[in-house]
Amino acid sequence: MDIYVLLKRTFDTEEKINVSSGKIEDDGAEFIINPYDEYAVEEAINQRDVHGGEVTVVTVGEEESEKQLRTALAMGADKAVLINTEEDLDEGDQYTTSRILEAYFKDKEADLILAGNVAIDEASGQVGPRLAELLGISFITTITSLKIEDNNAFIEKDIEGDVEVVESSLPLLVTCQQGLNEPRYPSLPGIMKAKKKPLEELEIDDLDLDEDDIEAKTKTVEIFLPPEKEAGRVLEGDIGDQVEELVSLLKNNAKVL
Amino acid sequence: MNFELTKEQSMIKKMVKDFADEVIQPRAIEIDETATFPADIFDKMGELGLLGIPFPEELGGSGGDTLSYALAVEEIGRVCGSTGLSYAAAVSLGASPIYYFGTEEQKELFLKPLASGKSLGSFGLTEPNAGSDAGGTKTTAIIDGDDFVINGEKCFITNASFAKTLIVTAVTGRNEKGRNIISAIIVPTDTKGVSISSEYKKMGVRGSDTAEIVLTDVRVPRANLLGDPNKGFNQFLYTLDGGRISIAALGVGIAQGALNKALSYAKERKQFGKTISSFQAIQFKLADMAMEIELARNMVHKAAWLKDKDKPFSKEAAYAKLYATETAFRAANQAIQIHGGYGYMREYEVERYLRDAKLLEIGEGTSEVQRLVIARQLGC
Ligand SMILES: Cc1cc2nc3c(=O)[nH]c(=O)nc-3n(C[C@H](O)[C@H](O)[C@H](O)COP(=O)(O)OP(=O)(O)OC[C@H]3O[C@@H](n4cnc5c(N)ncnc54)[C@H](O)[C@@H]3O)c2cc1C
Ligand SMILES: Cc1cc2nc3c(=O)[nH]c(=O)nc-3n(C[C@H](O)[C@H](O)[C@H](O)COP(=O)(O)OP(=O)(O)OC[C@H]3O[C@@H](n4cnc5c(N)ncnc54)[C@H](O)[C@@H]3O)c2cc1C
Repeated sequence: MDIYVLLKRTFDTEEKINVSSGKIEDDGAEFIINPYDEYAVEEAINQRDVHGGEVTVVTVGEEESEKQLRTALAMGADKAVLINTEEDLDEGDQYTTSRILEAYFKDKEADLILAGNVAIDEASGQVGPRLAELLGISFITTITSLKIEDNNAFIEKDIEGDVEVVESSLPLLVTCQQGLNEPRYPSLPGIMKAKKKPLEELEIDDLDLDEDDIEAKTKTVEIFLPPEKEAGRVLEGDIGDQVEELVSLLKNNAKVL
Repeated sequence: MNFELTKEQSMIKKMVKDFADEVIQPRAIEIDETATFPADIFDKMGELGLLGIPFPEELGGSGGDTLSYALAVEEIGRVCGSTGLSYAAAVSLGASPIYYFGTEEQKELFLKPLASGKSLGSFGLTEPNAGSDAGGTKTTAIIDGDDFVINGEKCFITNASFAKTLIVTAVTGRNEKGRNIISAIIVPTDTKGVSISSEYKKMGVRGSDTAEIVLTDVRVPRANLLGDPNKGFNQFLYTLDGGRISIAALGVGIAQGALNKALSYAKERKQFGKTISSFQAIQFKLADMAMEIELARNMVHKAAWLKDKDKPFSKEAAYAKLYATETAFRAANQAIQIHGGYGYMREYEVERYLRDAKLLEIGEGTSEVQRLVIARQLGC
């Protein structure tokens, strides 16, 4: 089976994030594999181990994304592709990314493409579905279980507190949700072997794309951090008075009632 | 000069950090309170290849370098001193001497299971009456046909109760000057006459196994002699030099863990209407801790780098061990101070850091012995 994983390098939202002049500062931020993409990598490796074939991890990113690709290789992926847009693009959006990936996948015969449910930085959840549309293949989002028999995929998918069971033929694109698997730690021998695995680097030129073809359709107007949480207040006095005060605060201050 | 980690080194650091935070950290309080060796965690570490970092793949290792290994020890020490000590001892003391001095057969038979994480090894040097003065070893190994017959007693030996192999030092004869010749011999723990018990009630590193070993007419083949029969003493000095890098890395980890806890507590704790991190008295403590940790880390990395380059590193390993372990003790002490009364309570973990850090100033050569080593290198 030819299995592909779409992987994004993101900053770690559990670490401190600084915003200055409308941009997230790279300096000091910790960068990681988008956690949902880790489920995708793990699943791809597991499917390959059952059905044979190869896992190729693809990212649209920059020079630095090589580290996240190497980590996926250390986990057990076979090949990696870095589509480096650092020099060609200032801004991109989900349209840009999916068009670049479309160009990459045009001449590939992917049986299965796995992506994360969302990337935790921009959380649009669009790149996977858009790519499937552009390639004209089926897609199923937020999957929590995947079994493949012959040419069919049997899938369980998360739907707001419930499970939907779906069947689809291959080729197929799925996006992975928490619960699908437990991503492994890259082992030490895995890390050392990753050094020797193929990592292909492409630019949009190599994909016969022009900057104008993939210009972003959206514009980011502003980026800001959520307001700092203020200290809580403990109400005092008679319970009846406290309830009255609380209702009045919710009505007049917080304006939620 | 280049202070940047390689891709492999930073991947190893990240992997071990994640593993430490997700698997070890949630267990750290329990490991200390119940004083139980976390054997299941060591199984997982073995599967990830952590126990074989500085050994080549052919020998079951991971083919990494000393620096990668030091990074791993630091990350584990940051969350749990007990696990960190047992890890450092297993690799640096239990396995490394076989790698440095073993024959091909010994490596195949004894190192492979250790490097691949299938079992643990221990290094038995210390005796009730021979600690800092290892030359005072009383244990004897007498040749009898094709065997050594070993008699003696070892104390404070890390991991011995969980080990498959021990490397013990013993007197095997006298040289022409009439001085004892001390050799190192590999002793499988299931050999008849080996009795291992861990009854110590320790101040810190309570989850790390520390055992007493009694050897009574223990018979092992002469082929189990490790390295040059006449250079046993120098061999274990070399082994300890390497081990010091890992104990230093453990010190950096404990110190970093203490700083992390102190810093986040200081930013939250309010007194006099302000967070205590806004008081200069607290800021200066945090600044000193951060500075000392970075200096210690640089020294550890330099010593590791020298070892990886096959350059002399004995003095630098002593600098690193001495400075990093004393930094760990100071940082843990200040972290308690910054936590006020809460810091004195187990739940906040910083008091454990202090108890764990204290061992580092004693094991693998006390702080005084490090100063002796350095002074000797200065030509005193
Ligand atoms: C938890 C733990 C784990 C250990 N693990 C191992 C292990 O795996 N393998 C192993 O072989 N050993 C191990 N040890 C033993 C450890 O290495 C010794 O405790 C250490 O070397 C000190 O020896 P000692 O306890 O006999 O103290 P002593 O040597 O009696 O020292 C007592 C004091 O005298 C000082 N002193 C001694 N000689 C001098 C001198 N010449 N000049 C100035 N001061 C001096 C020392 O610095 C110290 O302050 C472990 C110990 C502990 C507590
Ligand atoms: C075992 C034990 C027994 C105790 N017994 C009693 C008892 O019998 N009765 C009782 O009332 N209390 C008792 N205490 C409480 C003890 O007095 C307090 O823990 C102590 O006063 C510190 O207060 P805190 O723990 O709230 O720390 P904090 O006041 O939060 O201090 C945290 C850190 O901030 C520093 N700090 C705070 N303010 C400033 C400032 N303005 N400038 C610079 N640094 C500052 C402190 O020095 C400390 O390093 C006990 C505590 C313990 C641990």
